[in-house]
Amino acid sequence: MADPEIKSYEPHHESQSAAVTESLPVRLLLMAVAFAFLVIFVLLPLIIVFHEALAKGLGAYTESLSNPDTRSAIRLTLLVAAIAVPLNVVFGISAAWAIAKFEFKGKAFLTTLIDLPFSVSPVISGLVYVLLFGAQGLLGEWLKAHGIQILFAVPGIVLATVFVTFPFVARELIPLMQEQGNGDEEAALSLGANGWQTFWYVTLPNVKWGLLYGVLLCNARSMGEFGAVSVVSGHIRGLTNTMPLHVEILYNEYNAVGAFAVASLLAGLALVTLVLKTLLEMRYGAEIAATRGH
Amino acid sequence: MTIAPAKAGWRFRQPSVIPGFGLTLGFSLAYLTLIILIPLSGLIWRSAALGWTDFWAIATDRRTLNALEISFGAAFIAAAVNVVFGTLVAWVLVRYRFPGRRIVDAMVDLPFALPTAVAGIALTTLYAPNGWIGHLLAPLGIKVAYTPLGIVVALVFIGLPFVVRTVQPIMEEIDKEVEEAAATLGANRFQIITRILFPGLAPAIVTGFSLAFARGVGEYGSVIFIAGNLPYKSEIAPLLIVIRLEEYNYPAATAIAAIMLLLSFLMLLVINLAQSWSRKRYG
Repeated sequence: MADPEIKSYEPHHESQSAAVTESLPVRLLLMAVAFAFLVIFVLLPLIIVFHEALAKGLGAYTESLSNPDTRSAIRLTLLVAAIAVPLNVVFGISAAWAIAKFEFKGKAFLTTLIDLPFSVSPVISGLVYVLLFGAQGLLGEWLKAHGIQILFAVPGIVLATVFVTFPFVARELIPLMQEQGNGDEEAALSLGANGWQTFWYVTLPNVKWGLLYGVLLCNARSMGEFGAVSVVSGHIRGLTNTMPLHVEILYNEYNAVGAFAVASLLAGLALVTLVLKTLLEMRYGAEIAATRGH
Repeated sequence: MTIAPAKAGWRFRQPSVIPGFGLTLGFSLAYLTLIILIPLSGLIWRSAALGWTDFWAIATDRRTLNALEISFGAAFIAAAVNVVFGTLVAWVLVRYRFPGRRIVDAMVDLPFALPTAVAGIALTTLYAPNGWIGHLLAPLGIKVAYTPLGIVVALVFIGLPFVVRTVQPIMEEIDKEVEEAAATLGANRFQIITRILFPGLAPAIVTGFSLAFARGVGEYGSVIFIAGNLPYKSEIAPLLIVIRLEEYNYPAATAIAAIMLLLSFLMLLVINLAQSWSRKRYG
């Protein structure tokens, strides 16, 4: 295999043969089209957020962020994520344990059900809670009689957020834990560890990066969710407005700087999420399940 | 015992030394039922309670039909656009080496991470007649913002990562030796792409299309800002649900939601069939 011509056909070598890759002009053309598409559809929307937010200078930007309604929207978004994400983490770990560690009937069906919220329109995710808890809803009368407010209040927003972010952690952990098998756990148990110890000292360290990955995506979605939250929130300024809803209100009031200032915080969150996600993929690619994205 | 105990009784689960099955499965099922299944069956129950004549009247209402047509039509076109450009982006990322490839690769996920309302106002500002892109298109007589074309633009943005992230891993697995063998046997580059590479990628492309399409049909946040929301013209089905809710017309909102769920379900079924067909045909 000393012949250089044969060597150039080895898979790791960048072959320039016309039959195995495109000619240089074609390659450049394809790259140009792909980059142009990404710039127009992905990069420009991101840039314009910051451009518009700073259109009237830094002063106007910080001023619109210190508005009390904006402040309360930020607090509400953080509060909702702080409740919704841990709930879905507990569910995700529990579902992954049941599905990945055991063989039982109906497992495939259960896995499909977990993905269900991804195929439901966000608006419908909000609507189902209105039908349940609204004034004309199934539980509406009972809730009213007992003075419990779910819709147009924080509990409704949390529920809608939990619904739309439901699959993120579970679908990250299930394939990862399936791939890792039960060997480590069986060894720990045979050495006398109890169930909790096995989970805490063996399973959790094995899946920690995958779990973090799922939490990251779950958090980004729960802070950014618009449709589902919009249906259940009632849009009460200073009370039930999350950041994305506040963006809409400011935008519809022709307060472009205000809307884009809040939007820039959300875009910043998206960028941080992407950077952390990329770092996790680069460093711990093998320890994160093969399912990337979504 | 060498023969499997075929009649040893139906077992719900295989025996295992690992503890916690009852606890984790029980909790998962309870949580799933409370958060997802009960609310969703409430929707189905409410729309069934409408009765066939009422349901049919709402379903065949001109405004409902137009909204569904716009949602499904725009999602279809956007998914088709994403199949072309998403596959191209995946190809460039997998096959070509260039500086900054990591960053470009990460950029593809931005539509996943960027909240839809932010995407909506950003795209609207770009494509408005005085916007960065809009003012270039205006002299050509092309209006994007506040027209159905704007809906397609928003859905292209939303759907892009679904196609790229589905096609990319399959592309990475393609063995270059197959291409080399074909080249040795005298195939030209075009033949290799259409006869060898495309068939292997077809199932992934179909999956990517269906994911982008399903997401586009239900999309709300990024669309309502750019669409203009004219009834019968640029009003999407999720928006019509919201409008009916704001009118306290619960039956109409419920019926439209049920129709959307049903159509999405049928569509996924058809796509699954198409996928298993393409696997058989090309697999």
